[in-house]
Amino acid sequence: MSKKLIKEFPGIVSRLILGVGLCLAAPAVFAEYALNFQKPVTPVAHRILELHNMILLICVIIFVIVFGVMFYSIFAHRKSRGYKPATFHDNATLEVVWTVIPFLILVSMAIPSTATLLEMSDTSKSDLTIKITGYQWKWKYDYPDQDVSFFSTLATPRDQVENKAAKGEHYLLEVDNPIVVPVGKKVRFLVTANDVIHSWWVPQLGVKKDAIPGFINEFWTRADEVGTFRGQCAELCGKDHGFMPIVVNAVSPEDFTKWVAVQKGKAAAESAGSTKTWSKDELMEKGKKAYAATCAACHGPEGKGIPGVFPALEGSKIATGPVEEHIKTVLHGRASGKFGAQMPSFAAQLSDADAAAIITFERNALGNKTGDVVQPSQVKDLRK
Amino acid sequence: MSTEHHAEHPTGLSRWLFTTNHKDIGTLYLVFAFTMAIIGGLMSLVIRSELWQPGLQLVQPQFFNQMTTVHALVMIFGFAMPAFVGLANWMVPIMIGAPDMALPRMNNWSFWILPFAATLLILGLFMPGGGPAGGWTLYPPLSMQGGMGTDFTLLSIHMLGMSSILGSINIIATILNMRAPGMTLMKMPMFAWTWLITAFLLIAAMPVLAGAITMLITDRHFGTHFFDAAGGGDPVLFQHVFWFFGHPEVYILVLPAFGVFSQIIPTFARKPLFGYASMVYATASIALLSFIVWAHHMYTVGMPMAGELFFMYATMLIAVPTGVKIFNWVSTMWRGSMTFETPMLWSIGGVFTFAIGGFSGLMLAITPADFQYQDTYFVVAHFHYVIFGATIYGLFAAIYYWLPKWTGHMYNETLGKWHFWLTTIGFNLTFFPQHFLGLAGMPRRIPDYALQFTEFNQWSTIGAFFTISAQLIFFYIAIRAMKGGAKAADKVWEGADGLEWTLSSPPPYHSFAVAPKIK
Amino acid sequence: MGDDTHDEKPQPRNLGARNRRLAMKLAGVTLVMFAFGYALSPMYDVMCKAFGINGKTGRTDAQAVAAQPVDMARTVTVEFTGLATSGLPWEFKPLTKKLELHPGETHEVKYLVRNLAQEEITGQAIPSVTPGESAPHFKKIECFCFTRQTLKPGETREMPVRFVVDAGLDTDVQTITLSYSFFNIDKASAQKYGGTSLAQAGEHAEHHDHVHPAPGG
Repeated sequence: MSKKLIKEFPGIVSRLILGVGLCLAAPAVFAEYALNFQKPVTPVAHRILELHNMILLICVIIFVIVFGVMFYSIFAHRKSRGYKPATFHDNATLEVVWTVIPFLILVSMAIPSTATLLEMSDTSKSDLTIKITGYQWKWKYDYPDQDVSFFSTLATPRDQVENKAAKGEHYLLEVDNPIVVPVGKKVRFLVTANDVIHSWWVPQLGVKKDAIPGFINEFWTRADEVGTFRGQCAELCGKDHGFMPIVVNAVSPEDFTKWVAVQKGKAAAESAGSTKTWSKDELMEKGKKAYAATCAACHGPEGKGIPGVFPALEGSKIATGPVEEHIKTVLHGRASGKFGAQMPSFAAQLSDADAAAIITFERNALGNKTGDVVQPSQVKDLRK
Repeated sequence: MSTEHHAEHPTGLSRWLFTTNHKDIGTLYLVFAFTMAIIGGLMSLVIRSELWQPGLQLVQPQFFNQMTTVHALVMIFGFAMPAFVGLANWMVPIMIGAPDMALPRMNNWSFWILPFAATLLILGLFMPGGGPAGGWTLYPPLSMQGGMGTDFTLLSIHMLGMSSILGSINIIATILNMRAPGMTLMKMPMFAWTWLITAFLLIAAMPVLAGAITMLITDRHFGTHFFDAAGGGDPVLFQHVFWFFGHPEVYILVLPAFGVFSQIIPTFARKPLFGYASMVYATASIALLSFIVWAHHMYTVGMPMAGELFFMYATMLIAVPTGVKIFNWVSTMWRGSMTFETPMLWSIGGVFTFAIGGFSGLMLAITPADFQYQDTYFVVAHFHYVIFGATIYGLFAAIYYWLPKWTGHMYNETLGKWHFWLTTIGFNLTFFPQHFLGLAGMPRRIPDYALQFTEFNQWSTIGAFFTISAQLIFFYIAIRAMKGGAKAADKVWEGADGLEWTLSSPPPYHSFAVAPKIK
Repeated sequence: MGDDTHDEKPQPRNLGARNRRLAMKLAGVTLVMFAFGYALSPMYDVMCKAFGINGKTGRTDAQAVAAQPVDMARTVTVEFTGLATSGLPWEFKPLTKKLELHPGETHEVKYLVRNLAQEEITGQAIPSVTPGESAPHFKKIECFCFTRQTLKPGETREMPVRFVVDAGLDTDVQTITLSYSFFNIDKASAQKYGGTSLAQAGEHAEHHDHVHPAPGG
């Protein structure tokens, strides 16, 4: 159209080419950036990575060919170069060709995809079963055959999230109780949810499955190397969706057996802990940790809550009122007229000792000074 | 706009409130859409600012979730859809030689529902407990937990859906009944064709969403248990119903943009559209296929093998007609005599960015691979390449193409090019790195992330601010062209073809009162 | 709806009527699609039962079972698991965790449920079976699911499930898991004990049969 345009043109084309070049060169230039899947550690994860790489390659090749033609045309068939337009506007043969060829390419993609999918869905002949239950916002793991069961919650301190402390290496990808699996064994997972839909995803294992309340799903994995593999909840599940990571420790079968024994010992110690009488200092120390792991997400690290959303504990009626009411609130939850969220029940998650420690801590810290000491036995009595 | 020739129509506020004129209503739609775009754009800046670095800085997680939810709803239902209905209102009658839309009064209603619906949607954010925070997909049981803001949103979506259904009925009636004598269906401009197909998609898909929303409302307040496991219902059922609407919705957003590309590329290649008939068939096949692929959004819910395979194959098939369209556009350019004014730049850019979104869509269709992509930033990148890369590029292409026709003034070509290039750089800077984030394992819809995702998130945040700032140029250009500038010719573009170019620029308030003759 | 008010006249005279007729037809399409959205719910249920989507199980009676052959050549493991959701302060667990059986045999297992709260509470259990393709072959003869269970404070109850895995089960399936999720059916009570969303089952549980006529067990 205008002379200026004509002059500008080579510039535009070269910019476009530069852009494409940059995209293609990206992997080389930014080697330190993660550009592809995390290192796969299971047979299925390997298959998925290969499949992904193959499809990506096919897509890039087609893209380069098609847009190569387009950019050649943009360069060569310009009015500014005096190119006279052709008048053709139809070609039945061409239409058939570019319908059939893509179709054949798709078939070639579908075959390995189907094979991988069949492999992924075969949960038979497993060596171990683990049940996963998604909660807002934590995971529960049950090993029914080993009689081991525990909750797994975010271990990153609130101070790091709120930028009051330096962030650790595994910021947001660390938990208090990782799930442990034996290396080389086929593990079958059952997955369900307690409240809303969650999704259990560990990229290196190549597994992702939705946890749906009322329904049970299954999938399997087999870690082929010892290591720690991290993942996150992948389905939006409310406020702390971004704060319910998954950590899988793959250990040797011997270490797995040892771990199971330790877990059983812990469970025994917990039940012993509920009969023993604790000192206030012991309770306060245990309570501080347990509070940070369990309560601080909503009530805040200093017990100040979030106005209008989560109540403050500082000077609250529950935390400074009758002890029994406080214990019941922690164990069984509480509906509130004033706040949008409800206090959930922690009966299943907290041991008697943890609950007693948290309650003692809440009544003697966070600006409260009731002087009450709550013993695990008191919690135990109110459970039933 | 043009008033000098026909002074009989009302002026001032009542002109806009009671207008039944397709051009006025088209303008209203576009003004409304861009108002919503500003709101939705600002929300995206809140999101990107929070994601500038790990840790919580600006907003709390609950509010972050409200921002992602409302940003999506505003952009889809408030910006993209109304903008294209606006284009259809302006252009379809004058492209097919009709004096107005078939049902002008209903046309007025379908527009005026929108501002009320939008107000409701935004008001929801200020209700006790905040706005909807369960994602625009509104999956129960999470969406059951929201407060009154969620009810406002559900009602608002009902109204927005109603508006687009009325708009579609009008477009279908206009295209089927109001074409000038001699304009057979297969002589229609591609933009009219893609809108005809889109309008059918809308009246088939939108009511299904309305059904899903109604079931959600009755589950929330009237004790039904469609989606409530505790009462014997099934939360996954909602996902099926939602995506039965949701997937066609993607094509509702993108097909009219394809129509725009098919108008503009021949104009600036000075060569007729290659494979007109195959374009029509490809568009129709995409539309039909879009109804049998919905569950590819749900591979991880635990479907039976037969289901996973069926939806994978069906989804992959969509690549065939989509490819045909791209090949046809490239063949249209081939051996043309091309110039690259702003509308052409947006069209070529749109085909290019859409192709990236199309290829990532093909990757997402592959079930086993999707287990790794699902609910990650790879998906976020993918749908922004489709919705922004095709729909919004198509919208800008259309506006630059027809703005001189609408206003009678040429816009500033240099600034238009700047707008294109800055947006393109910003857009790719924002969304290209998100592919890598997703592959490396960053889930979507999280307000805070692990340290290894920091650098690409920062690129993305810079890109977002860059892109949104670049839109100021657009507003400046559009307002300048409305106010004045060089007089535009009737046939604005040398290679343009079609009835709209036989009218004056700007066209008379009542155009084609006498039907034109079609060669 | 509106005729064109400012149209000069060159279009055929009946155009307004034609437009209105077409608009009404299209509105009809819209209504049909709206109804279709609803119809997806029962259609989905039928599909689920046919293909075992989401582990929806079938039901059968004793006579039908007696007529079934027992496949002594095959052994299938059936696992039992259960979850009392947060709104329900109950202890809930299977008394048998695992069972080996031959397809066609009838078995009975028991779940234990105990009300830990100090008030009477009513719950309802929802079953689910995995893998999905085994669900149509997992038939319950007697089950406590989908019926309300009211427990007094501290009450303990053993609840039986009698079932048969029919011989039509795909030979690839070696392990089947039956899972129950127990929900508090009273909204207010569920909220009190920390359940949030799923408390909806509440007040109107009696409508449930309209929505999902006998969904399985």
